[in-house]
Amino acid sequence: MSAILLYVTFILLLTIGIIALLFKRNLIKIVLAFNILDSGINLFFISLGYRENAMAPIFTLAPFDSVITMVLPTPQALILTNIVIGFATTALMLGVSVLTYRNNNTLDTRKLRGVEEYD
Amino acid sequence: MIKHVPILLVAIPLLAAFMIPMIGMVNRTARTVVGAIALVMILAASYYIAGDVLVHGRILYYMVGSSNPEIVTEHGLTFPIRIGLKIDSFSLFFIIMTTTLVFIFYLFSTQYIEENERKNYFTVLFISMVAGMMGLLVANDLFTFFVFLEILSISSAALVAFRTERKHPPYAGYKYMFISAVATSFFLLGIAFLYAQYGSFNIDYLKEAVRGTLLDKIAIVLLIIPLAMKSGVVPMHMWIPDTYSEAPAPISAMVKLGSLICLYGLFRISFSFGLSHAHVSYPLGVLFIVFGILSMFIGVTQALVQKDVKRLMAFHAVSQVGYMLLGMGVGLTVVRAGDASFALFGKVAMIGGLLHVVNNALYKGLLFLTSGVLVRHFKTRNLDAMHGLAHYDVFTTVVFMIAALAISGIPPFNGFVSKIIIYESVFQYNPVLTLIAIFVSILTLASFMKVFYSAFLGMPANKRPMEQPVLIKCSMLVLAVFIVVIGIYPQGILKVLIEPAVNALVNF
Repeated sequence: MSAILLYVTFILLLTIGIIALLFKRNLIKIVLAFNILDSGINLFFISLGYRENAMAPIFTLAPFDSVITMVLPTPQALILTNIVIGFATTALMLGVSVLTYRNNNTLDTRKLRGVEEYD
Repeated sequence: MIKHVPILLVAIPLLAAFMIPMIGMVNRTARTVVGAIALVMILAASYYIAGDVLVHGRILYYMVGSSNPEIVTEHGLTFPIRIGLKIDSFSLFFIIMTTTLVFIFYLFSTQYIEENERKNYFTVLFISMVAGMMGLLVANDLFTFFVFLEILSISSAALVAFRTERKHPPYAGYKYMFISAVATSFFLLGIAFLYAQYGSFNIDYLKEAVRGTLLDKIAIVLLIIPLAMKSGVVPMHMWIPDTYSEAPAPISAMVKLGSLICLYGLFRISFSFGLSHAHVSYPLGVLFIVFGILSMFIGVTQALVQKDVKRLMAFHAVSQVGYMLLGMGVGLTVVRAGDASFALFGKVAMIGGLLHVVNNALYKGLLFLTSGVLVRHFKTRNLDAMHGLAHYDVFTTVVFMIAALAISGIPPFNGFVSKIIIYESVFQYNPVLTLIAIFVSILTLASFMKVFYSAFLGMPANKRPMEQPVLIKCSMLVLAVFIVVIGIYPQGILKVLIEPAVNALVNF
């Protein structure tokens, strides 16, 4: 049941993110939409790494049983990396949005369209 | 020593990138020299392994953190969770191309970018962009591939927005970062689909495991469409003109090289996961051909009407990617057909496509560098406002002519060689495709005639002759020499680099 809820949440976040990406015209709101999309994908990936009744992959803490099921730590590592990358991406995008506003006095993509002057 | 080369190719630029800000605070010349030393070291390392990989056909594996990093099983795995690096002839071809060109672009940028306190940032981002490229080329698992793809996108987006005081570059950087971020997010989704089924990231392992089911096909599409987007293939090319025209000239050339590296990823993934089943490889090949034809035609027709010299060259970059996709796509459609057509023309088409990659990197790089010289001289990108450079800058005129003739496929230069190989082999697959390719080539010549006529001919604008700095001249001269040498003697590069690369891509 909880697995289905996770996947439903993933689909919802992905849909919200894509719709916002397609229809929002404000640069800051586009950054937010990208963040929603990214966290949806993170959630999907992290829920793929889940195993029923498994342990954290730390050998020193594992009990002396004959059968130990452990979680493969790679998806967690990848998602941790992706969160950091998402942070860097967001910071850079917000930074260039600020500069865009400073130079053009608008954040609206419809008004930013077109390069008339050559410099 | 040789066994540590794969990790050194990534580690040296990363280390240099993080050392440069500290050195730059002390001495600016030392900072530039350290960057150049790092690039020379990876250049030397790539040539050092060239003989071993190309002549003996050895494949270098490297398991990061293992006590004996070279030991692998037949699947290329010692322990499936480690970070795996791998260099075969196909990646080595791209590595040699990248290390050589990056060094030339760096030499150009040392004198092109004006020396001020922001040049520290420029050098850091430039070297970390190189680290991203090298990491992409040696990665053997999708995790590493993804991480270095992000390093490449973030550093190149920051460099596109480098001239922040001007009106448009920050928005161009925003656009490029946005496109890259969305593309890599969906790339991650594709990795998730493969991981969910097979529980591994290793490309060698997945290649054996992929069965060609519907879920596999969705995963492959999610992996290749973002890479096609980042290489600027036509339905996804909207970011190209802004990005290339607003970036400083050496960065336009570097972003172009980065998009060719994404093309490497596209070929690597489609040939790894698509080749094992004919019902996957054939539609993939058709998709490549459709993308290629669209890119060629739409790119060149858009370029014809441009008045902005860098936008015009950006649209030509779109159009040239089409030739590579056409060659590789024809190879991919017939590789699993089970008849003699692959030996007859499919392999030749792939050789033509790969030769076009290196040719395109050379002359497109040279064209972007000359456009930088033009823009700096005339203080504008508008072609109508430029005239008469040929009267007082003969050197730039000659190298521009070499590059323009090469991109249009005129005989003594390298563009002719790869285009004729593509024409001949694709003609046996479908004559209509060749006709379109030749037509596009003629339109390319027409639009470069326009640039040459308006920027170089006509009355001289001002009488004071402008001497280019020596490193700018040297870097442009080296590129021009490469273009002429490959044009006159293509057998050398074909036999030494391209054929082993195609063999490594097809037979594994």
